[in-house]
Amino acid sequence: MDLSDLTIKEAREKLHKKEFSAAELVQASLERITAIDPQIHAFLTVAQKEATKAAQDADQLIAQGVNKPLLGIPVAAKDLYSTQNIRTTAGAKIIEHYIPPYDATAVCRLKEAGAIVIGKTNEDAWGHGSSGENSDYGPTKNPYDLTRVPGGSSSGSAAAVATGMCLAATGTDTGSSIRLPAAFCNLVGIKPTYGRVPRYGIIAMASSFDTIGHLTKTVYDNALVCEITSGKDPYDGTSADVPVPKYTSWLGRPIRGMKIGLPKEYFDANGMDGNIRRVIETATEVLKNLGAEIVDVSLPHTKYAMACYYVLVPSEISSNLARFDGIRYGYTRETFGQEAKRRIMIGTYALSAGYYDAYYLKAAKVRTLIKKDFDDAFSNVDVLIVPSFPSTPFAIGEKTTDPLSMYLSDIFMCPVNLAGVPAINMPAGFVDGLPVGMQIIGSQFAEEKLYKIAYAYEHETEWYKIKPNL
Amino acid sequence: MYNGSIMSDTLSTSDIQHIAKLANIKLGPDEEKKLYPQLASILDYISQLQKVSTEKVESTSQVTGRVNVFREDEIDTSRVLTQEQVLSNAPASHNGHIRVKAIFEE
Repeated sequence: MDLSDLTIKEAREKLHKKEFSAAELVQASLERITAIDPQIHAFLTVAQKEATKAAQDADQLIAQGVNKPLLGIPVAAKDLYSTQNIRTTAGAKIIEHYIPPYDATAVCRLKEAGAIVIGKTNEDAWGHGSSGENSDYGPTKNPYDLTRVPGGSSSGSAAAVATGMCLAATGTDTGSSIRLPAAFCNLVGIKPTYGRVPRYGIIAMASSFDTIGHLTKTVYDNALVCEITSGKDPYDGTSADVPVPKYTSWLGRPIRGMKIGLPKEYFDANGMDGNIRRVIETATEVLKNLGAEIVDVSLPHTKYAMACYYVLVPSEISSNLARFDGIRYGYTRETFGQEAKRRIMIGTYALSAGYYDAYYLKAAKVRTLIKKDFDDAFSNVDVLIVPSFPSTPFAIGEKTTDPLSMYLSDIFMCPVNLAGVPAINMPAGFVDGLPVGMQIIGSQFAEEKLYKIAYAYEHETEWYKIKPNL
Repeated sequence: MYNGSIMSDTLSTSDIQHIAKLANIKLGPDEEKKLYPQLASILDYISQLQKVSTEKVESTSQVTGRVNVFREDEIDTSRVLTQEQVLSNAPASHNGHIRVKAIFEE
């Protein structure tokens, strides 16, 4: 059995028809990890024993005729997700031996839906990065070209799904960390609205930005997982008390008459590769042919988004990482990696006496203006479409010596997090054999619109069928 | 001064030591030397925010408009960890408590 050609939807049908058992599916997933992960390095921990046991339980339920939306489906969890009795490192050495005594809410919901956690995936430590190279355990490789980065910080999750080591994987997105790896690995990656999926049990990076989502091969699979993980959680006061639509029921509906905005600030950005621009223009043409109306829009404060982000996010990071003192768990603070130290230092500076007004408060006001740009745009259009990245995936080592240039990798993505709006990365084609992603951005709690348009686009193009050659 | 070509308007070298102290991070001399130009360039970059007019603009710290989320002050046993669970990751414990370094002088 080859999981690279299998979607969750197909696997459920085959499990239901008894073409294979959950035990066989999980076994195939574990074998794939053993065979190819030495070259990819997507996993930090493989939960072989737990997954094998869970698969037997799933087979029993299937035999009893129990039907759950993810029953028997092997999924991987980013290592920021607390998993009860399974090591959780956040990609950081400082908590190398941490074993959480409880599951994150998102993990609980996936397990209740029948999913089987196959292991924990590699990532930039704490989620600090855009390439996976800030992992304290060594970088993950891009399956489409092993000399290039897979995008970060949910790098292992992306590489694992793209290579068929599991059928879906969770991620977190504070500034790009689901969408960028999805873009670099030809996957569908959702960054939902802030608060749509609870943060409880997920190791915090920047609490007013952290968004919980996932990566899959197809839009259907993605919508299916999203309707399971979304919804209010009494353990997370910032989780939203907004009803969760059945996202899968929005797929296949016509998109005729929907209004799509193209923000000029993104398409005219410095360093925008002409080939990427053409890919996105071709994609919008596809949607136009399906009856969508394409209009130009402006998000005037876009140029300040990165500066705003790199004040607010490190500030929240410095506060969240203050708890790692080696007393209740983990090693002492010397064990922080270079990137964590950089961000703690920037945040501490921005929050310190005499600088708070000039940096933190100023950035929090600029955030209001950036959010307003999006509100204004969505008063006129249903969604926005922008490229996910200005070029193809960069080479391992290309940006590691210059932290600022690495930060600026997220230039097309961070504004979404500042505004708290949802966005989905869609595979949009290839340049020089490397995947190119497109983002569809919506207003807060309008995920169903993103899925509807994404599905219509996927139905026409089917880029997800192009697999890496390993 | 570490490098004559990279001097920041916003950051001095003594700032680095001060921030490290506030952040409870010990930096070796080599680390400090490496961090200085990196932090200086990042701080210079974010200083462009000063160009944005924010007069009469409120700050945003929460994007979905939720305020004051309360619950009853009651014990929820479904989320309570056992003492054993709480101590399971502590580097040092004694008689069911986490052991810490003494903070008072004798």
